[in-house]
Amino acid sequence: MDNISISSPEQANLDTVLKGLWKENPVFVQVLGMCPVLAVTNTVMNSLVMGLATMFVLVSSSIFVSAFRKVIPRQVRIATYILIIATFVTVADYVIPAISLEVHRSLGAFVALIVVNCVILGRAEAFSSKNPIGKSILDALGMGAGFTIAIVLLGIVRELLGNGTILDFPVFGPDYEPWVVMVLPGGAFFALGAWLLVFAWFKERGSQKQNEVAA
Amino acid sequence: MNSESITFVFINAALINNFVLSAFLGICPFIGVSKKLETASRMGMAVLFVMLVSSVCAFAVHKLLVIIDAQYLQLISYIVIIASAVQLVEMFIRKFSPVLFRALGIFLPLITTNCAILGLALFQTSKDYNFVQALVYALGAGAGFTIAIVLMAGLREELELSDVPGLVKGTGIVLMLAGLLSLTFMGFAGLGG
Repeated sequence: MDNISISSPEQANLDTVLKGLWKENPVFVQVLGMCPVLAVTNTVMNSLVMGLATMFVLVSSSIFVSAFRKVIPRQVRIATYILIIATFVTVADYVIPAISLEVHRSLGAFVALIVVNCVILGRAEAFSSKNPIGKSILDALGMGAGFTIAIVLLGIVRELLGNGTILDFPVFGPDYEPWVVMVLPGGAFFALGAWLLVFAWFKERGSQKQNEVAA
Repeated sequence: MNSESITFVFINAALINNFVLSAFLGICPFIGVSKKLETASRMGMAVLFVMLVSSVCAFAVHKLLVIIDAQYLQLISYIVIIASAVQLVEMFIRKFSPVLFRALGIFLPLITTNCAILGLALFQTSKDYNFVQALVYALGAGAGFTIAIVLMAGLREELELSDVPGLVKGTGIVLMLAGLLSLTFMGFAGLGG
């Protein structure tokens, strides 16, 4: 766990990025920011746009939080972070309809709700407010990528089972009977629960292996 | 102007499109604070209260933003309103009912980051509700949140006593339960007619 302290600077930078992908994955390990994860993952396209929008907000707000970390008074820091985040979310909320009206309609209010995504405020408070700009960007990139990968994985399962397609490309052929429940709200809970199970299983196997090596 | 009847607005927000189970708003407290029945019901009450206050404020601010033609400030002003509404409610409760204040405890400030509140403000704007409809919508949404979190807490208290396999313990099984609850709530779909 503490290999950051003994490794070279390049290695430490790589670790900052990679920890968001696997060891501290915001969705599967920290179970943060659940609302968009469950709400917009009924198709792969929606998941991808949502993931990228979140990543954009995460990276840009971490730059600002990190740049102003010595100016912002401690007492009003949370309010300041929220204002910074809300500014970038507004940008994302206006850019998405300009690119694709269709995606904007299916995402609905959930782009605006990125403001209250705890992953972003969590990273601002736990990382960007204490680290220089470069490191904060790396951390935000890692976390954003981890978040995007997680919700795209969820989107793949739900679109594949619920519709028989991936990115509207039919996978199972015309005779496939779709599991309608997977695109309904209930399916989101089931799919995420199943992914958490898979992750718990991987973790358990990893610690078992370590025990064997130690013994 | 939206012409939905007040009864429909209420039933729609509380049951048919339940904020937690079908719109996925406020999942964090739903999973985080649903371990005990007592705390869950307090959390539900606190959310209901803040929803009513912030719904009224958001309604007024939206009208103001339309007048000065600055709708792009909507998101930023809503989040500021909610944060200050929570603060205001906290001071108000502390002054007038110390018992309730102690009962709610840490849950009050945490509500600021509850996306159900911001979602409510955004939805009531996009649905173009009038003042009474918006108020009833907030009431229904708060009631729906309370119903969902109390049901979940009841289930989890039962779960404590049952034999759950090691791997699914924790969030995994809670999500599966939430999925089943959400399927159950789909049964309300025909209610509004």
